[in-house]
Amino acid sequence: MSKIATREAYGKALAEIGGSYDNIVVLDADLSGSTKTSVFAKEYPNRFFNMGIAEQNLIGAACGFAASGKVPFASTFAMFAAGRAFEIIRNSVCYPKLNVKICATHAGLTVGEDGGSHQCLEDISIMRTLPNMTVMVPADANDTKKIIEMAADYVGPMYVRLGRAAVPVVMPEDFECKIGGSYELREGNDVTIMACGIMVDKALEAADKLKEEGINARVLNMYSIKPIDEEAIIKAAKETGKIVTAEEHNVIGGLGAAVAEVVSENHPVPVKRVGTLDTFGESGKPDALLEKYKLTSDEIVKKVKELM
Amino acid sequence: MRDHKRLQSIALNLRKDILTEVFSASSGHPGGSLSIVEILTSLYYDEMNIDPANPQMEDRDRFVLSKGHACPALYAVLAEKGYFPKEELKNFRQIDSILQGHPDMKKVPGVDMSTGSLGQGLSVACGIAMSSKMYSSPWNVYAIVGDGEVQEGIIWEAAMSAANYKLDNLAVFLDSNGLQIDGKVEDVMDIGHINDKFKSFGWNVIEIDGHDFDQIFAALDMFKETVGKPTMIIAKTVKGKGVSFMENLAKWHGSAPNEEQYNEAIKELEVEVDE
Repeated sequence: MSKIATREAYGKALAEIGGSYDNIVVLDADLSGSTKTSVFAKEYPNRFFNMGIAEQNLIGAACGFAASGKVPFASTFAMFAAGRAFEIIRNSVCYPKLNVKICATHAGLTVGEDGGSHQCLEDISIMRTLPNMTVMVPADANDTKKIIEMAADYVGPMYVRLGRAAVPVVMPEDFECKIGGSYELREGNDVTIMACGIMVDKALEAADKLKEEGINARVLNMYSIKPIDEEAIIKAAKETGKIVTAEEHNVIGGLGAAVAEVVSENHPVPVKRVGTLDTFGESGKPDALLEKYKLTSDEIVKKVKELM
Repeated sequence: MRDHKRLQSIALNLRKDILTEVFSASSGHPGGSLSIVEILTSLYYDEMNIDPANPQMEDRDRFVLSKGHACPALYAVLAEKGYFPKEELKNFRQIDSILQGHPDMKKVPGVDMSTGSLGQGLSVACGIAMSSKMYSSPWNVYAIVGDGEVQEGIIWEAAMSAANYKLDNLAVFLDSNGLQIDGKVEDVMDIGHINDKFKSFGWNVIEIDGHDFDQIFAALDMFKETVGKPTMIIAKTVKGKGVSFMENLAKWHGSAPNEEQYNEAIKELEVEVDE
């Protein structure tokens, strides 16, 4: 199975849509080689702006472009976008509902060797709490392409969470990608596994393992965290009665929390969350970190069994 | 020739409007609103290419009030220009009003950017100027920042980027009234030789008396002749300007006059009108 990092797919998608949308501008904060906005920069140097190592001004300047009718895509690592520039995003992007796309790469533990200071495990939580903000987490290259194309058409603030590490392609090339949507990758009625980002692949692995034991797990790719696909969640709660969520993010405030909110208000059933357990990460190889912090298919299987 | 008498009379009216707003709300920021009146009058009545009947006119000049708490002054000038009815000024800071405690571009016609959280306005103004330059648009970007406001880190990120991108379509007024909420700027956190700081960041720096129309217009003329760098107009001003008991006192940064004080202030300004 081919593996591509979502940040690679992002750079490629940007460069592709750059031709058909001449009002798109791209801003970066000295990380264009890593965020892959460099691919766009090479094609459209006049529409690319390096803002240097200054993430607050990165977002502020993007707001200026949006206020002038352009469609700015601003990129840096998730830590510095959602973290350092948070208040600019709150007050200058979301409050005036400006058309700024924040595409943050290097989210989660799979940043790897850079360690805990750079492994953002809070961004889903803090971005989804902002009024007017839409939050998307693509699972693979196909998902990323669809989401970036959608971002270019959608008018309003959007946060897209992208990863550093190469991940298997799990989504079809063509599917109906929509804000507030989700995608069923596996049918099943015994339990539903709802995952986002790199954990979608792990969820599929877990479903395979469960199948061997006669448990049919439904697997949903929850690429739209906010708004979230309430209909699919309620349907899963009703039809499968049990839900396990999986995300490369703190269990506090992330996908698991968003799912639990919908379930508890609409059709209460047990929900178990796989994610980091209110802790920072550390240096290491991405795969070793995922093992150590239990972001694995085995952990998903374990949580499912706890519910059976 | 500019009609200075007319501009002065507009400025006096704006001062009265500011006091009425803050008095009606029993809250707000009179001091730093009164200090930018001549700057705003110059921009809105002479300098900027704008059309109150068409606030979103594509080729209009843009204005960003980075020190958003001074919005009573901005609202006053927008109302005087006819962007919205003057009666609305009495609803400043009250529930359901378009006139929020800090400017909201979604609510107020003529407000080009929502501001209030300090420092961000300058950064956004830079982005607007970058956008204008990129598309060779004919419009300029004007902004006002406070002297206390330059203590924010984002100001210096923005200052660096404005020089880097040669934003000669950006003119920023630094409202140098020397006071912030906690006291004198130099006592709270000394900003030092602010002119030199902006010069060293690559800006065209001009020093003026921010209440003198001739000096304001001369600075704006120099801005338009400057090529390849952004312009910072350090405007020496008086906080609370025009109301004797408010002048140069930090306590009027963010407190409203009571009825007696309000009447006294209006009386003082009306005497000036008669003169």
